[in-house]
Amino acid sequence: MNILDTLGKLASESGFAGFLAAGGWKNLIMIAIACVLLYLGIVKKFEPLLLVGIAFGCLLTNLPGAGLYHLDMWDAYVAGTPYTTAAGEVIENITFTTIIHEGGLLDIFYIGVKAGIYPSLIFLGVGAMTDFGPLLANPKSLLLGAAAQLGVFVAFFGAVLLGFTGPEAACIGIIGGADGPTAIFQTTKLAPWLLGPIAIAAYSYMALIPMIQPPIMKFMTTPAMRKVKMEQSREVSKTEKIIFPIAVSAFVILLLPSTAPLIGCLMLGNLLRECGVTDRLSDTAQNALMNIVTIFLATSVGATMVAERFLSLDTIKIVFLGLAAFAVSTAGGLLGGRVMYRLSGGKINPLIGSAGVSAVPMAARVSQDVGRKYNKTNYLLMHAMGPNVAGVIGSAIAAGFFLSVFGG
Amino acid sequence: MTGLSEALLHPTVGTAGLVAAMGYAVVFLGLVMLLAVVAVMGKVMVASRKKAAPAPAVPEVPAPAPAERPVAKGTAGQLKLYNVSERDAALVMAIVAHKLGRPVNELRFRSIREVEEK
Repeated sequence: MNILDTLGKLASESGFAGFLAAGGWKNLIMIAIACVLLYLGIVKKFEPLLLVGIAFGCLLTNLPGAGLYHLDMWDAYVAGTPYTTAAGEVIENITFTTIIHEGGLLDIFYIGVKAGIYPSLIFLGVGAMTDFGPLLANPKSLLLGAAAQLGVFVAFFGAVLLGFTGPEAACIGIIGGADGPTAIFQTTKLAPWLLGPIAIAAYSYMALIPMIQPPIMKFMTTPAMRKVKMEQSREVSKTEKIIFPIAVSAFVILLLPSTAPLIGCLMLGNLLRECGVTDRLSDTAQNALMNIVTIFLATSVGATMVAERFLSLDTIKIVFLGLAAFAVSTAGGLLGGRVMYRLSGGKINPLIGSAGVSAVPMAARVSQDVGRKYNKTNYLLMHAMGPNVAGVIGSAIAAGFFLSVFGG
Repeated sequence: MTGLSEALLHPTVGTAGLVAAMGYAVVFLGLVMLLAVVAVMGKVMVASRKKAAPAPAVPEVPAPAPAERPVAKGTAGQLKLYNVSERDAALVMAIVAHKLGRPVNELRFRSIREVEEK
């Protein structure tokens, strides 16, 4: 046995050699991006529960030779074309079973994203954590949740202008819904090749909401408007809270059947919370299940950030369009707030409109903080929670619309 | 994207504008309809609560005899004390529970009586 030959073989087969192969430098850039995302998540605390997992998934998928995620296999699955394995075997029709046999660990995790399981389960947890009381006390806030979806459709239009296809533009637009699971759910159905940049844009901007929204809020409202103190909302009975998820599920799913997985799980989670006889299930949905699914979702989304797909001009366009979508959605909500301020004779503070962009509860907290800056005795948080949770339903309806139009 | 028409796959500016306007309208329509459902539900609930709230004026009646003290959760009935203060009884129960190695609410004390030495 020649020791030098053996060492040479080991070196050429190691992952380090992969960095020197054609295009290997791209993996190094992606690893650097993963480290930046890890820094943002751990040190700057930008949506750490998701960003840390996404960044680590990105790191793992870009280590040459690890073979944890196979982009070409998923491309073959989406296109319905044959796939050649590393051993040279040609597989005519890729199925989830094939992926379990031939894929890496992150391929197997990703099945949950592709099948729409993780986003729906995340919605189950979100439903179990959400109190729809403020929305029931002031149902008009549903209009603010609708107004704040403006950015979704403006970004869609902008994406078409920048050369994206209809389904791709729809997935970029939904970033403006400020709702990560909805964006992931829709993107895996319509444009899975854009999942990495869209998830990164959605979660990064959600984390940056306290920086993105206040300047727009100041620009769109007058100091007198910001000082408006809103009246105490009425008390909502337990019966109303129990009927609400049942009524919303039936109504919204009948209106847009493609929203069934998201709205169904959101409202099931909420019913578990409110019905009073399933506390254990509600607790599991809010904590254990949510945490487990978050780990799988984040790492598998991060795994899609493969160098050859992520490092492109399209990613830069998505990042800019995502920011525009967030900003326009905020402006749309504030515009709705101004209309309600006028119609109510100055009783509604338009600052609660910006909370209509979902991002529960961050956007509502921003409304509270900006409101208190101008009137120390003002407590807008509960009033802003109404549009905030309405935004979740609004973005699910927007996603349902896109799925109906572009779902094929 | 099988089955998707070319007009939707590569939309023109006009088609994209139309889809965007329609989408925004659908979101508004959906939430306005939901608003109607929630508002009606709220009105019904508030009305039914108001209906149930004004109870008829009750003529003054003499105060009922004091009922037995409610039994605390986890206890097994009332405890009768003979020549023993509540404090001493609590101490006795705590000591017995400690000696038996069982929580006090799993034990049943019927009565505690001070035994006088003769």
